[in-house]
Amino acid sequence: MKKTVFFGAVSAAALVAGAASATTLEDVKERGKLNCGVTTGLVGFAAPDANGNWEGFDVALCRAVAAAVLGDPNAVEFVPTTGKTRFTSLASGEIDMLARNTTWTFSRDNDLKFEFTGINYYDGQGFMVPKDLGVTSAKELDGATVCIQTGTTTELNLADFFRKNNISYEPVPIETNGEAQQQYLAGACDAYTTDASGLAATRATFETPGDHVILPEIVSKEPLGPLVRHGDNEWGDIVRWTLNALVAAEELGVSSANVGEMSASAGDSPEINRLLGTEGNLGEMLGLENDWAKNAIMAVGNYGEVFEKNIGQNTPIGLARGLNAQWTDGGLLYSPPFR
Amino acid sequence: MTTFTDPQQDGGFRLSMLLNDTRYRGLTFQFIALLLLIGFMAFLGMNLVSNLAAAGLNISYEFLGEPAGYDINQRLIDYTSQSTHFRAAMVGLLNTLLVAVLACLTATVIGVVAGVARLSSNWLVAKVMSLYVEAFRNVPVLIWILIIGTIVQQGPSPRVYLGDDPERGLFLGFFAFTNRGLTAPAPVWLEGSIWVVGVFLASIVGVFLYRRFVRKALYDSGRLYPVFWPSVAILLIPAIVTYFLLGQPIGIDMPDVLANRFNLQGGFEIQRPLIALWLALSVYTGAFIAENVRAGIMAVSKGQTEAAASLGLRPRRIMNLVVLPQALRVIIPPLISNYLNITKNSSLAIAVGYADITATLGGITLNQTGRAIETVLLLMLFYLMISLLISAVMNVYNASVSLKER
Repeated sequence: MKKTVFFGAVSAAALVAGAASATTLEDVKERGKLNCGVTTGLVGFAAPDANGNWEGFDVALCRAVAAAVLGDPNAVEFVPTTGKTRFTSLASGEIDMLARNTTWTFSRDNDLKFEFTGINYYDGQGFMVPKDLGVTSAKELDGATVCIQTGTTTELNLADFFRKNNISYEPVPIETNGEAQQQYLAGACDAYTTDASGLAATRATFETPGDHVILPEIVSKEPLGPLVRHGDNEWGDIVRWTLNALVAAEELGVSSANVGEMSASAGDSPEINRLLGTEGNLGEMLGLENDWAKNAIMAVGNYGEVFEKNIGQNTPIGLARGLNAQWTDGGLLYSPPFR
Repeated sequence: MTTFTDPQQDGGFRLSMLLNDTRYRGLTFQFIALLLLIGFMAFLGMNLVSNLAAAGLNISYEFLGEPAGYDINQRLIDYTSQSTHFRAAMVGLLNTLLVAVLACLTATVIGVVAGVARLSSNWLVAKVMSLYVEAFRNVPVLIWILIIGTIVQQGPSPRVYLGDDPERGLFLGFFAFTNRGLTAPAPVWLEGSIWVVGVFLASIVGVFLYRRFVRKALYDSGRLYPVFWPSVAILLIPAIVTYFLLGQPIGIDMPDVLANRFNLQGGFEIQRPLIALWLALSVYTGAFIAENVRAGIMAVSKGQTEAAASLGLRPRRIMNLVVLPQALRVIIPPLISNYLNITKNSSLAIAVGYADITATLGGITLNQTGRAIETVLLLMLFYLMISLLISAVMNVYNASVSLKER
């Protein structure tokens, strides 16, 4: 029996690895659908709404890529992945791209053979504690019990932070964000740690968000971005430049409201023209239609719109742009030029 | 006497006999099937290797020697975030064994009690036990782990015990039950404590020797010596005397309520994840064992009970001396598979945050290194080893209780 299971597992691994042969772009076009890996549910980033439609910051990127490649933002099959399953899903070809607030690290890029195609959110790991605990700094957490979601960079940062400050803690490993939230609220841990954006998103779903504070310390750099498999550069470029197109669109003042008008005919700005395909043949170079960026922007809006709609100040999550503002506004968003 | 000889076979073995001769045909087909099987496996293996190579990946266990980088809450051996991934796997393996052993013991106790009680002539007891067995047997173990995990999470926050003037004092001055686990005083082993422990262990041996003496005296001379109180005396008095003679070499480390503002420090802590998993596995598997025990008891012919009763044995004695020893022969084989199930089900530990080997090696290590095939193969190897070990030990025990044919 054991043996059968063993060989079953090996053969499954072998067969799945055998599937990814044609280029990803051909596969997606033939399928007519983009398989996009997202979280199992993190409000604001990727979660199904009341009608079962996926919504969120990461979801918007999936839809933008689908719109650019297939011309239809709804031609996406969302595959919920946990921190544990996401890389296997991508490596095996089950999903074409992963947009699941995944931190870009050296070893993931090189050892796991993935390609990060950009950064859609500059994040950092923070701590959330109940307000009545009276903790104002993460350095006061000596001896605390801390809930962590497993399978992330979080647990390594956490170990490093406590070791560096020479204080102790009790980690409680949790499989998903939902369970972590439940354990934290039940008081099974004093603090919950994950990326600051995730903390804000989690807190927004609490009954009384005001009873919980996010501590000021950001203990790590967490550049979150979409990733694809190594070795298919054409597909990697499509995902990379779709993200860049959304960022550049905000910088150039193109939004979902005016993109239709602006793309009707060539305007005064050459870069906008090239971006929207009314001038030059950038889309062709990418292996797509010339209106690829127009479709993407029309579907989800520019980066700023996506941010404000899903996680911005006016949403329950209430994140400020901070590092995620355009470079012209003092942030880190800086799209290479479209030429 | 007449002897018969086979008719002379001429020519001996011919190749066509491999197909035509029933003596060889079966072997021929088995050989062909074996070749096909090996070929299929080789194809899968080659496919795996070539696809991994195409993806630029390889099979390598070098990561086991690298620092793990993460912390583990429950550890039986020294471990820090700077220890290696292999060490982390060992911590997980020991945690798996710990919860498996604890759960096997309690599940057996629960199972035997419930199994016997289900056959009780007391209507209420029998029905309550039926309810227990049916409820636990027919709901998946993961659900029970989650339910019990939630139940043990309902304790007070440890903060109620903390501070100079706590809301709540330690239970009996020693224990604290919180939503993080159970804290109790821990023994501190000072110089000379080894003697006390040694004497105590010797006392345990002494108790067994005394019981053997009592039994022998009963069979030889028919005299029945008291058993219980002398056993208690043999067990405790020498150790207590040594303890005071050596000047109390064992201290206690009380849970410290002032160490920090979050948790009790010091003492001995059984953490909530372990309690939750232990309880869940015990009561779940206990229900299966109860059915085995019931089946075993019912397999003992009623005549045995009646014969024992007619000799004047009381019901408890009948159960212990006549029924259970015979029932064990039926109970042990399925019990082995229940023990294996406990061990394998313990891999659901992460549901309540317990760091077993699936959570460390197959969880965090797998994620941090991305070596999915390697870690899963290792995991399978570990579980296979544990399971075979349990089977081997239990089979030896089974052989010792099985029917001896003389």
